[in-house]
Amino acid sequence: MLMRLRKKYKNWLPLYLYLIIPIVYIILFKYVPMAGLQLAFKKFKILGGIWGSPWVGLKNFERFFNSYQFTTVVTNTLTLSLYSIFAGFPFPIIFALLLNCVEKARIKKTVQTITYMPHFISTVVLVGMILQICNPNSGLVGKISMLLTGSKGTDIMATTGGFTNLFVWSGVWQNFGWDSIMYLAALTAVDVQQHEAAQIDGASRFQRVLHVDLPAILPTITIMLIMRMGSVMSVGFTKIYLMQNDLNLAASEVISTYEYKRGLANAGSTDFSLSTAIGLFNSCINLIMIVLVNAICRKVSETSLW
Amino acid sequence: MKMQAIEAKKSHAIRNSRSDSVFYFFVYAVLIFLTIIVLYPLIYILSSSFSSSHAVSSGKVVLFPVEFSIDGYKRVFAYSRVWTGYKNTIIYTLLGTAINVVMTMTCAYPLSRRGLPHKGFFTFLFSFTMIFSGGLIPTYLQVKDLGLLNNIGAMVLPGAMAVYQMVLARTFIANTIPEDLIESSKLDGCSDHRFFIQFVLPLSKAVIAVIALQYAVGHWNSYFDAMIYLQNNKLYPLQIFLREILVMSQMDSSDFMDEDTAVAIQGMAELIKYALIVVSTAPILCLYPFLQKYFVKGVMMGSLKG
Repeated sequence: MLMRLRKKYKNWLPLYLYLIIPIVYIILFKYVPMAGLQLAFKKFKILGGIWGSPWVGLKNFERFFNSYQFTTVVTNTLTLSLYSIFAGFPFPIIFALLLNCVEKARIKKTVQTITYMPHFISTVVLVGMILQICNPNSGLVGKISMLLTGSKGTDIMATTGGFTNLFVWSGVWQNFGWDSIMYLAALTAVDVQQHEAAQIDGASRFQRVLHVDLPAILPTITIMLIMRMGSVMSVGFTKIYLMQNDLNLAASEVISTYEYKRGLANAGSTDFSLSTAIGLFNSCINLIMIVLVNAICRKVSETSLW
Repeated sequence: MKMQAIEAKKSHAIRNSRSDSVFYFFVYAVLIFLTIIVLYPLIYILSSSFSSSHAVSSGKVVLFPVEFSIDGYKRVFAYSRVWTGYKNTIIYTLLGTAINVVMTMTCAYPLSRRGLPHKGFFTFLFSFTMIFSGGLIPTYLQVKDLGLLNNIGAMVLPGAMAVYQMVLARTFIANTIPEDLIESSKLDGCSDHRFFIQFVLPLSKAVIAVIALQYAVGHWNSYFDAMIYLQNNKLYPLQIFLREILVMSQMDSSDFMDEDTAVAIQGMAELIKYALIVVSTAPILCLYPFLQKYFVKGVMMGSLKG
C-alpha cells in the first residue's frame, strides 16, 4: 500500500517540482498578505509589526463606518461604477452589430484597428489627454466654448459633475471598440442559413439584425452583464486617483482612493490599521458579489467562472 | 441547394434594396462617426505636438499642425528624466515579461496534465487569489519585509504571475496537446521535463505570444507599483514622470540641459506635454496593428472556460 502510494507520487514528482516556485510566489505575495489582513482588527505598532500589534476588535471598522467620509466614498464608488456599467455596456453591442453588417473585409478591419487603439493608451496618458483637451485656456474645450459663447468657459475638471461625466465617457471612448471583440466573435458564429431563410421570408437587413443577430448574441450579452455586475465595487483606482483634484473631491473620493490616502499617501499621517480595514471591507463585498454573480450565471446559463 | 440560396439572396437583395440601402447608409454613417470620435483626439494630440508653442497656447490647432515645428520633441528629448524613465520602463518590461512567461508556463504545464494528484487543490490555491486578496497595506508591508522597497525587485516580483493568464495558458495546453502524445512519448522514454521543452513549449507558441504581449503592455503602462514601492528618481519608470508632468504639471527645470530652455519652459509647457504623450504612446500604438491578432486572440481565449 505504502509502496504503491510512493510509486504513484514518484511518477508525478517532476511535475510537482514545476509547481514549487509558483507556489512559493503565491504564498509570499498573496497568502502572507491575506494573513496580514488581521491588521484590520489590530492597532498597528511599528515595533511589533503585523503579528505583534495588539488586538482592538472591530474598532477600525467602527472608525471607518462612523467617519464623515463613509457615506461619501461608498456613494461615489457605487455611482461611478453603476454609471460606467450602464453607459458603457450598450455601446460595444451596438457597435458590434453595426460592424457585422459591413461586408467589405478591409473596411471592417480598418475600423476595428482604429477603434481598438485607445485600449492601449496608458491610464496616465489618457488622463493627461483629458486634461490637455479640457484645458479652458489652450485645450479643445476652451476653444469650443470660445466659439459658442465668446468666453473661455470653466474648467470642467474642477466641477463634480464634470469629473463624473468625464470619467465615465472617457472610459467608454477608450473601451467600446475593445469590448466589442467578444460580441463580434459571437456574431461570426451565427448560422448563415438563418440569414438566408430570413431573407427568403423578405426580412430586410435591419430586421435581420434585430431578429437573427441580436438573439444570437443574447447569451453573450447576459453573461457579460452579470460578470460586469460582479465588479461593481471595484472601480479602477488608478484613473480616479489621477483625475482627482481638490475641487472635484466630493465626487471623486472612492473607497480605494480613500484606502490609499489613509494608508500610504502621506508619510506623516499613515494609519495602516484603518486602511487595512477599509480594504477588507471592500474585498469582502467584492467576494460576495462575485460568488453571487457566479451563482446567477450558473442558473441563467451553462457558463460560470467555476 | 446552395445555388438556390444565392439566387434567392440576389433577388431579395434587389427587392429589399430601398430599405436596405437606407439602413446601410445609417450603418456607415454611425461607423464613420465612431471612427472619427476615436481618431480625432489622437490626431489633435499628434498635430499639436508638431505645432509651434505659440500656435498651441493660443489654440490655433484644429486638425493639422499649425506653424510646423519639432521644438516640443527637442525639449522632450533634452529632458534627461525622459531617457531615464524610458530606460527603466524597457528594463522592467523586458525583465518582468520574461519572469511572467516563465512562471506562467511552468505553473500551467503541471496543472494542465490529466491525472495529477491533488490538481483540484492546487488549482483552487491559485484561483482563490483572483477573487480575494490581502489588499493594499498588507501587500505593501510584505513587500517591505522582503526588502524589496526601492528595488527593481518590487517592479517585477509582486506581479510575477497573473493567475488569469496562467489559467488561460493551462486551458490552451490541455486543449491542444493530446494525451496520446504524452503517453506515446513516455513509452519512448521521454521525461516530463523533456516533454515540456520539446513538445509543450513549441506547440504553445500562440498562447505564449498572447500572454507575453498582455504582460508587456501591462508593465509598460503601469504606474501604481512604482508609485508606492519606489522613492528613488533613478528607478522611476516612464509613467511616473508622465504623471508628474502631465497630471501634476510638475517640471523640474534643473533637469533641462541649459538655462535658456529653463526660461522657455513656461511657454513651452503645453507643447512639451503633447510631445510627451506622443513619445510615450507611439511605440505601443505603432506596434499594435501588427500584433492585433494576438491581442484579439487573448480576449477570445479568456472566454473559454478552463
